[in-house]
Amino acid sequence: MTETFLGLPATAPPGVGHLRGDEPFPVAARRALADPQLRRNLRHATGTIRAKSSAVISEVPDWPELRAAGRAIKSDTMARLPELLEQLEAAVTAAGGTVHWATDAVEANRIVTDLVRATGADRVMKVKSMATQEIGLNEALEAAGIEPVETDLAELIVQLGRDRPSHILVPAIHRNRAEIREVFLREMPGVDPALTDEPAALAAAARRHLRATFLSTKVAVSGANFAVAETGTLAVVESEGNGRMCLTLPETLITVMGIEKVIPTWDDLGVFLQLLPRASTGERMNPYTSMWTGVTPGDGPQQVHLVLLDNGRSAVLADEVGRQVLHCIRCSACLNVCPVYERTGGHAYGSVYPGPIGAVLSPQLTGVADNASLPYASSLCGACFDACPVMIDIPSVLVHLRARHVAERRAAHRMPSAEAVAMAAAAYTMDHPRLYAAAQRAAGLGRIAGRALPPPLNGWTASRDMPAAPPQTFRQWWSERRRDDRP
Amino acid sequence: MIARDVTLARLRAALAAAPPTPVRHRPGHRRQGELPPGDPELVDLLAERLTDYRAQVYRATGAAVADTVAGILAAEGATAVVVPPGLPADWRPGGIEVVVDDDLSADRLAELDAVVTAAAVAVAETGTIVLDAAADQGRRIISLLPDRHVCVVRPEQVVATVPEALARLTPGHPLTWISGPSATSDIELNRVEGVHGPRRLHVVLTDG
Ligand code: SF4
Repeated sequence: MTETFLGLPATAPPGVGHLRGDEPFPVAARRALADPQLRRNLRHATGTIRAKSSAVISEVPDWPELRAAGRAIKSDTMARLPELLEQLEAAVTAAGGTVHWATDAVEANRIVTDLVRATGADRVMKVKSMATQEIGLNEALEAAGIEPVETDLAELIVQLGRDRPSHILVPAIHRNRAEIREVFLREMPGVDPALTDEPAALAAAARRHLRATFLSTKVAVSGANFAVAETGTLAVVESEGNGRMCLTLPETLITVMGIEKVIPTWDDLGVFLQLLPRASTGERMNPYTSMWTGVTPGDGPQQVHLVLLDNGRSAVLADEVGRQVLHCIRCSACLNVCPVYERTGGHAYGSVYPGPIGAVLSPQLTGVADNASLPYASSLCGACFDACPVMIDIPSVLVHLRARHVAERRAAHRMPSAEAVAMAAAAYTMDHPRLYAAAQRAAGLGRIAGRALPPPLNGWTASRDMPAAPPQTFRQWWSERRRDDRP
Repeated sequence: MIARDVTLARLRAALAAAPPTPVRHRPGHRRQGELPPGDPELVDLLAERLTDYRAQVYRATGAAVADTVAGILAAEGATAVVVPPGLPADWRPGGIEVVVDDDLSADRLAELDAVVTAAAVAVAETGTIVLDAAADQGRRIISLLPDRHVCVVRPEQVVATVPEALARLTPGHPLTWISGPSATSDIELNRVEGVHGPRRLHVVLTDG
């Protein structure tokens, strides 16, 4: 709302939240690649999940039809997003809930902080939510003197370890059991010093640690996986029961939800409840799914709020090719199959949205210029597209964003037109991996030798304000890593 | 109010800039299983899928539910159990202190060892039971704080698929879908049972 006209799609503002990294992807990725423990942890975890997921997907006779249905429902949703949000608002309000709208992270943080303040609480418990990570809600609450307590096991590991999340579903995926034990021994007050690194023992320690918090905290903040426009029902899909605790025990519940999470009908929910658990944790069904519709007298929170968050989503919706990224149900299947993610981990992507989905979502939320290296953080192998339960064509969006980056620079007169043409040609070749590999190698060699490439790529190498090409290109080190990594 | 108008105007402008093709059609997918609700094979499948996710499964005739429940609670060493006000009287276990939920406080509920509830519907293919807070299931909190949950399911409540279950449920009710005991996949992506929700889930399948 600051620098734009009312009504023009706007990107997420800088300076708040976690959508922009401190450094470009290739720089951060190189550091991650120097950490062999990280790579072992990731390879082990993503290998486990891939095997589980493909086993339970093979049990479903109509998986391709379900994916097509998921895509159709989301396309329908995006085409009617404004009216569906109004319908959702009316249904939630009729059921006794209160709906708030936030154009960006700053507004959302202010709304939540004010709501918590109004209750007089100085602590809130949180069930894992990508939206609140995206807007940096914890930092905003802390600045207002309110303590946010993460209750999801992985989030707790990250919070206690003063770490950053590195995966959508399992934010502590970069930690193995021995490292988690270390964090608990160091940071968990009153923990049994004889704690072992058995996963069951670690889970039990978290149970003991959070029990009193659940019973005594008056306000909870959640996200939502789905919101049904026709009924006003919100759904949270989880495993541990911390979600149920947060959604049931407090007096006040505040849910922060990206506007793209709305779905039209109750019946549509059936498609996503089948797609999400099998694609994400590789289970037929996750242990717990909670659904609530406004306030139920005598059962659960009696003050129920829903904050609808734009924060750049309207800008994504404005891009005809890129808008399909709003279909994402945050299952993280694309991370788990991505050969680049498996080696670099999530931190290298800078934003809270790592992996293939992050490479196409973050640059659209912030504007491509602010995350310019992310659309290149991919080998375009296509595994993410195949794995995606709602059939988002991530490789095509990556190529599109590369071209958009070039076009935006040209429009801003930051690059002579010939070079823009060359980079657009390069973007095309990036869609064709062999051509791309050859062109990148040639570009690297061209720089070193001070020689121009033949047209149309000569504009690229001759450029003076080209971002300095690393001596070794992403694709080269990438294919070398692949060789190195082979067991 | 201004943020609402701005957001809606932005979204309308975004769509106007590149109008999408309307998609009102939903591609077909499988809504119903091959077996009708309550079919014995379906109940067997539910039992198998529940067991696969570490729930304990028992079979009991309608007349033997109370004894079966009492046996489970005794084996668990439970001494006090909470039940919702509408739990059928002939399901109430004997030989143990039975506390009927009457707006019990969270602290009181947390002291109780176990809860016995009915269910609204069960999904065989996914091994899921769904509670809808009806009088025989009670407030959400009573099936959350006690560490052991005993859930009694009648055969006609067992459907094959998730869409069949949704069609039977009323959206306005608070719904809890339960597939096995509390678990986490957060440590090296392996499923480990027993975090914040009930660590033991016992499902009694009745014959009518
Ligand atoms: S893009 Fe697809 S695969 Fe990746 S997290 Fe989103 S829904 Fe899952």
